[in-house]
Amino acid sequence: MELLGLLSDGFLVAFEPLNLGLIVLGVVVGLFVGAMPGLGSVNGVAILLPMTFLVPPASAIMFLAALYYGAMYGGAISSIMLGIPGASTAVATTFDGRPLAMQGEADKALIAAALASFAGGTISVILFTLFAPPLASVALDFGDPEIFALMILAFATFVGLSGDDIAKTIFSICIGMVMSAIGFDIISGEPRLVLFDLIGFQSKINFLVLAIGIYGIGEMMWTIEVSRGETMMSKATITWDRTMSNLKIIWGTWKAWLMGSGLGFFVGILPAAGATPGSLMAYGVAKMTAKDPSRFGKGAVEGVVAPEAANNAASTGSMLPMLTLGIPGSPTTAVLLGGMVIWGLQPGPRLFVTETDFVWGLIASLYAANLFAVIINIAFIPLFLWFLRTPFTILAPLIFVLSMVGGYASTERMFDVWLMLILGVGGYLMRKLDYPVAPAVLAIVLGPIAEPALRQSLLISGGDAMVFVNRPIAGPITIIALVLLFLPAIQFVWRKYVRSTKQAAG
Amino acid sequence: MKTIFRKLLGVGIAAGLVTGFTAVTGKTALAWEPVKPIQFVVMAGKGGGADKLARLIQSIIEKHKLSSKPVTPINKPGGSGAEALVYMKNHKDADHAIMVTLNSFYTTPMRQPRLGVDPLTFAPIARMAEDTFLLWVNKDSGIKNVDEFVAAAKAAGNKWIMAGTGKASEDNLLTDFLNAAYGLNMKYVPYKGGGKVAKQLAGNHANSTVNNPSEQLGFYEAGKTVALAAFTDERLPLFKDAPTFKELGKDFVYYMQRSVVGAPGMSADAQAFYQGVFKKVYDTPEWQTYMKKKSLQGELLQGDALMAYWKRENEVHRKMLIKMGAIKG
Amino acid sequence: MRRAEIITAALMAGLSLYLMFKSMELPIGWIPGEGPGGGFWPFWLAACMFGSTIWVAINWFRRSSPPSQSEEPYLDSYAMKMFILVGGGVTGMIGLVEIIGMHLAAAVFLIYYIRFLGGHSWKVTLGIAVPTPVVTFLFFDIALRKFLPTGLMDPLYIPLYDIFL
Repeated sequence: MELLGLLSDGFLVAFEPLNLGLIVLGVVVGLFVGAMPGLGSVNGVAILLPMTFLVPPASAIMFLAALYYGAMYGGAISSIMLGIPGASTAVATTFDGRPLAMQGEADKALIAAALASFAGGTISVILFTLFAPPLASVALDFGDPEIFALMILAFATFVGLSGDDIAKTIFSICIGMVMSAIGFDIISGEPRLVLFDLIGFQSKINFLVLAIGIYGIGEMMWTIEVSRGETMMSKATITWDRTMSNLKIIWGTWKAWLMGSGLGFFVGILPAAGATPGSLMAYGVAKMTAKDPSRFGKGAVEGVVAPEAANNAASTGSMLPMLTLGIPGSPTTAVLLGGMVIWGLQPGPRLFVTETDFVWGLIASLYAANLFAVIINIAFIPLFLWFLRTPFTILAPLIFVLSMVGGYASTERMFDVWLMLILGVGGYLMRKLDYPVAPAVLAIVLGPIAEPALRQSLLISGGDAMVFVNRPIAGPITIIALVLLFLPAIQFVWRKYVRSTKQAAG
Repeated sequence: MKTIFRKLLGVGIAAGLVTGFTAVTGKTALAWEPVKPIQFVVMAGKGGGADKLARLIQSIIEKHKLSSKPVTPINKPGGSGAEALVYMKNHKDADHAIMVTLNSFYTTPMRQPRLGVDPLTFAPIARMAEDTFLLWVNKDSGIKNVDEFVAAAKAAGNKWIMAGTGKASEDNLLTDFLNAAYGLNMKYVPYKGGGKVAKQLAGNHANSTVNNPSEQLGFYEAGKTVALAAFTDERLPLFKDAPTFKELGKDFVYYMQRSVVGAPGMSADAQAFYQGVFKKVYDTPEWQTYMKKKSLQGELLQGDALMAYWKRENEVHRKMLIKMGAIKG
Repeated sequence: MRRAEIITAALMAGLSLYLMFKSMELPIGWIPGEGPGGGFWPFWLAACMFGSTIWVAINWFRRSSPPSQSEEPYLDSYAMKMFILVGGGVTGMIGLVEIIGMHLAAAVFLIYYIRFLGGHSWKVTLGIAVPTPVVTFLFFDIALRKFLPTGLMDPLYIPLYDIFL
């Protein structure tokens, strides 16, 4: 009951005219920032942080949290419409969202993404409200072995993404991991893999450089070649009847969005994980548990719903350790944390006691932001569909320009723009030979989390690899991960064996 | 799409008008003024201590309208500051590029001589503060003072985990000092950034750390961690119970500079402008509160005094790195 | 396609070897009591890359993967033409950034693509090519304070900054 009292006080704060206005503004800005390839919630929050010093801290964080939320919705828009993930959190949304758009069902994908985001957001805010203090303490129990185990799990749940050619899939995963190792070895403090001794390779290849290169430039070149100059996606329309039937289909995927919400929230709470692994894992689990996994990657609605529910749930989840412990669960919350410190608030368990207005106002604003985000997002869908009907010879150059500008804006290095071009063209040429590109993108995100966790664990254990198995939390995760990891291999061998015995028999 | 453009245009123009207005009001006659946005390079990634500091300074400058053109932070985290240093060295427009630096300002050029960077060629603008270091343990360990710490660490041998921020970093220097001074054999495990290090200690994954107060403060106030001793000249007001190592008979003092430097080749007029701006930043109540809250020490150093300080510190760090075996003498 | 498959595999094998060689600057083995060295992770991953290129080559030899069976040209004449025109155009745009800045380079590229590759009217072309740099300037440079490169056109922007900032 006390909880309800605090929450209703929070709503009073959130519904003050200034705050309400800022929440709506934050959602709208977030939608655009998220939809812009190359700019994600991190960029939006970091860039707008200095402008929030004009308002009180509670209003400021509501604005930024709404922006964070809006960006999570917006990321799906460019994933679906352009096939370029607006941010790393929306990578998984492209896998099925893009095929849907190509089949002229962009409206279905967009509505599904919006509603799933709403579901994920709402479910996770409710969980947040109920479990904030007790759940926060779990986060601290996650040491390096647990994080590494979680990374193997993230990969394992994702093996299903592999293409038909196993050799090329392995190649793709490995090259992504190697790219993530470029620049600097944090453990030894030495420069590492500074390719051709270029100063630009002193820092790791940013995820966005690869993602925009492959999904922006490479994808466009692919589309231009395949379409032979024809427009490929002109059929998307939005009518009342279609929307109704879409809603029915989306409602039928309730299992996927419930699973995505829960998984995303939990992964979001863990430090260093955040929304990207959460959404990828949700996609993997949705595919594995589906009755007919072969539909995935070809336009399955569940494939849009699960990651979208998960990334919104994770964005809420990642605020939990930030507020209660001062540990950011994602890059965006790291920036928010910086903001809180500047506003003169000390994050930590005491925040819930000393700054109740702030904390509960923020929580209430999350409910409000979520509601506004889904309404504004759906209201804009006709506009996004209209955008699709532009002739491809106009859309394509605009996307190239957007890729260049976005690629520069994310790291502010021309070096990265050139790198993006090379990776994009290279990715296009490889893709023509059936090299899958998604595993490389996943690897470049997870590599920099996995490698230090592995090495720090082994450093602490004195080189004893058993740390991953004989710890109470890490052990079960590792074992589940290994089973999942080798499941396809076992299945593959088994199928081959069955086939060969059949042939021998026949 | 058109309506989106129109909206963006509206937002852009509105933002432009507001900022344009502040620009006009903030101008003074004759003296050198920036003609375009000032790049404020950060030697570290987003969300770290240096980045937070740069963004705080940016907001103070903006709030008090100390500069006619905006100061915009740019993160160049590559190679422990190597990327940032080379970027500054080769900057075409030295008058519009400043950087917030740490002690890697000295150590990175020494460890990577191929960069061809000499910190003493940078333009001295202001040393805003010096961050302090303390020795921390988790409260659950029951350790209350340095003697108990030494006893416990000795008993654990190389099973004692000291978490820090990267090899040959400040934390590593301090760990080496502790190992040598008390005959310990602690194992140093590097993490990316002080925040992660602090979390390792709070979660009992590491046995001790040498964090800055700002990194450990949240856990300290929540009663999760304890400060045992400070690597400072005098006791810190926030941690009155923690003696200095000097008091304990080990004469070891170490600070982290938080300085702002200009790109090599910055004109004297521009230097004078930035020195004026940062003097004003230093005197704002926001900065003073921040220093107090984060237990930052040191007064403002500018111009020649700052250069003298760099020369001294540069030699100190060279000697330390030689002693560690990280560079040759 | 068949020839492209083996050439790509060979090139990637070369890249893997280079990455392995480069990783050896740091210890690639298992340091007793510490675990893997700094070069361990990239070295063995690059070795995996190398291994998989060999596997691709074996598949090529046995003609067991689709690209190794295909006798179609890797890039037919249309694909080749588009590859050169589009890829070259984008490369040119990025190259121009260093000279005339990002905003103007984008405008030049849009004119090139929409008018000459797309065959749209001048009205449509300029209707897009002119507002785009203005909007990117207002959105990125002014509203978001992400200043895009201006190349040699730097002096032109000083009055703009004076007006808007």
